[in-house]
Amino acid sequence: MSIWEYANPKRFMQTSGLLLPWVSGVAALCLMAGLVWGFFFTPVADKFGATVKIIYLHVPAAMMATSAWAMMLVTSLIWLVRRHHVSALSAKAAAPVGLVFTVIGLITGAIWGQPMWGTWWAWDPRLTAFLILSLFYLGYIALWAAVENPDTAADLTSVLCIVGSVFAFLSRYAVLFWNQGLHQGATLSLDKEENISDVYWFPLLLCIAGFVLLFVALVLLRTRTEIRARRLAALMARERLA
Amino acid sequence: MIGLLIRDLRLAVRAGGGFGLGLAFFLLVAVIVPLGVGPEAATLAKIAPGILWVGALLSCLLSLDRIFALDFEDGSLDLLATSPIPLEGVAAVKALAHWLVTGLPLVAVSPVLGLLLNLPGPGYLWLVLALALGTPALSVIGAFGAALTVGLKRGGLLMSLLVLPLYIPTLIFGAEVVKRGAAGLSVGTPLALLAGITAGSLALLPFAAAAAIRVNLR
Repeated sequence: MSIWEYANPKRFMQTSGLLLPWVSGVAALCLMAGLVWGFFFTPVADKFGATVKIIYLHVPAAMMATSAWAMMLVTSLIWLVRRHHVSALSAKAAAPVGLVFTVIGLITGAIWGQPMWGTWWAWDPRLTAFLILSLFYLGYIALWAAVENPDTAADLTSVLCIVGSVFAFLSRYAVLFWNQGLHQGATLSLDKEENISDVYWFPLLLCIAGFVLLFVALVLLRTRTEIRARRLAALMARERLA
Repeated sequence: MIGLLIRDLRLAVRAGGGFGLGLAFFLLVAVIVPLGVGPEAATLAKIAPGILWVGALLSCLLSLDRIFALDFEDGSLDLLATSPIPLEGVAAVKALAHWLVTGLPLVAVSPVLGLLLNLPGPGYLWLVLALALGTPALSVIGAFGAALTVGLKRGGLLMSLLVLPLYIPTLIFGAEVVKRGAAGLSVGTPLALLAGITAGSLALLPFAAAAAIRVNLR
């Protein structure tokens, strides 16, 4: 029993079919509980007012935006090394989800920034890096859409993903150099003194768990769709030949 | 490899089109920006480093699809792939040829355009130096983008979507060198980072470009 067994599309379909309702269900539970707890049952912070509550969407979405790219990088590498189609398809499936999380992070950030910083948008390093990340997602998705042969597309997007990761990382630190930030630093680290207080931390943790599970559920669902689309294409090709 | 370089340079110069077009575009950017933002010398001096870098970047982008597309269409890329030169070397040489016909002229004319945009005195040296250090990175990153999209019918637009985000670090550090140089500040850090990006791209991206070409020729 190893993870490579799921490189077999049939095994993957079986297991993911079993898992999907559970993952989706727990994701919905976590999100509902976390958001309701966060929105209605946490005290209003004195310096921020009620605007701080958007943190329950903003932070998890932003975390998943970068994690989704990391997952795409790993699955792209697996595709290049071991040629497992499920891996390539899951990278393809994750890209639009990651893009949407990036956009959610940017939009909730703008909504939060308006009352807090007095502006919807500032060329802050963190904001800029996220905008650049969304451009990388767009390019990646566009390349998948443009290449017709699925194996060629998988190869090219994998190479793009690897090179893009390096340059996205460089951009992240280049923008730090380029401008000073309005955005606060990390306050969720496990080892630091100055973190947000537990009252906000626990519902936030639930929301983060909910977003992770939501991401897993969406990627599973979309990968299953991709595999089915691939099977359909194969059937139709066989039909034409017969 | 030298033969290939000479062939590419000859093609670029004699076949018309690409060569000089990027240069004209660079000139046009430097002319239309003052028309758009107004002729105040102080404003122009402030935005000159950024405009010149963005102009260089865009004019570089303009001729990228010629790096591999023509050779792909007439089949010479297949021949190059089966030749004894490694494909990585071919990608590097083609990027070099692109730089010689696009990047180097840009570097040469940039002081004149700096004059048009009222770049402050100490900035000229740094402008030339930053462009000379940064444009090789633009060419080799562009060669990678061109290799990714070489098999596509209308790859040009897609290529700009892929390549422009990759240009961001080069642009930031390059423009920062000129900005600091023009203001008379020390430019060591961004210059070193710019050189680092160029060196890293030159060392690694030919491999990625060659991998992409192999996939596209399959």
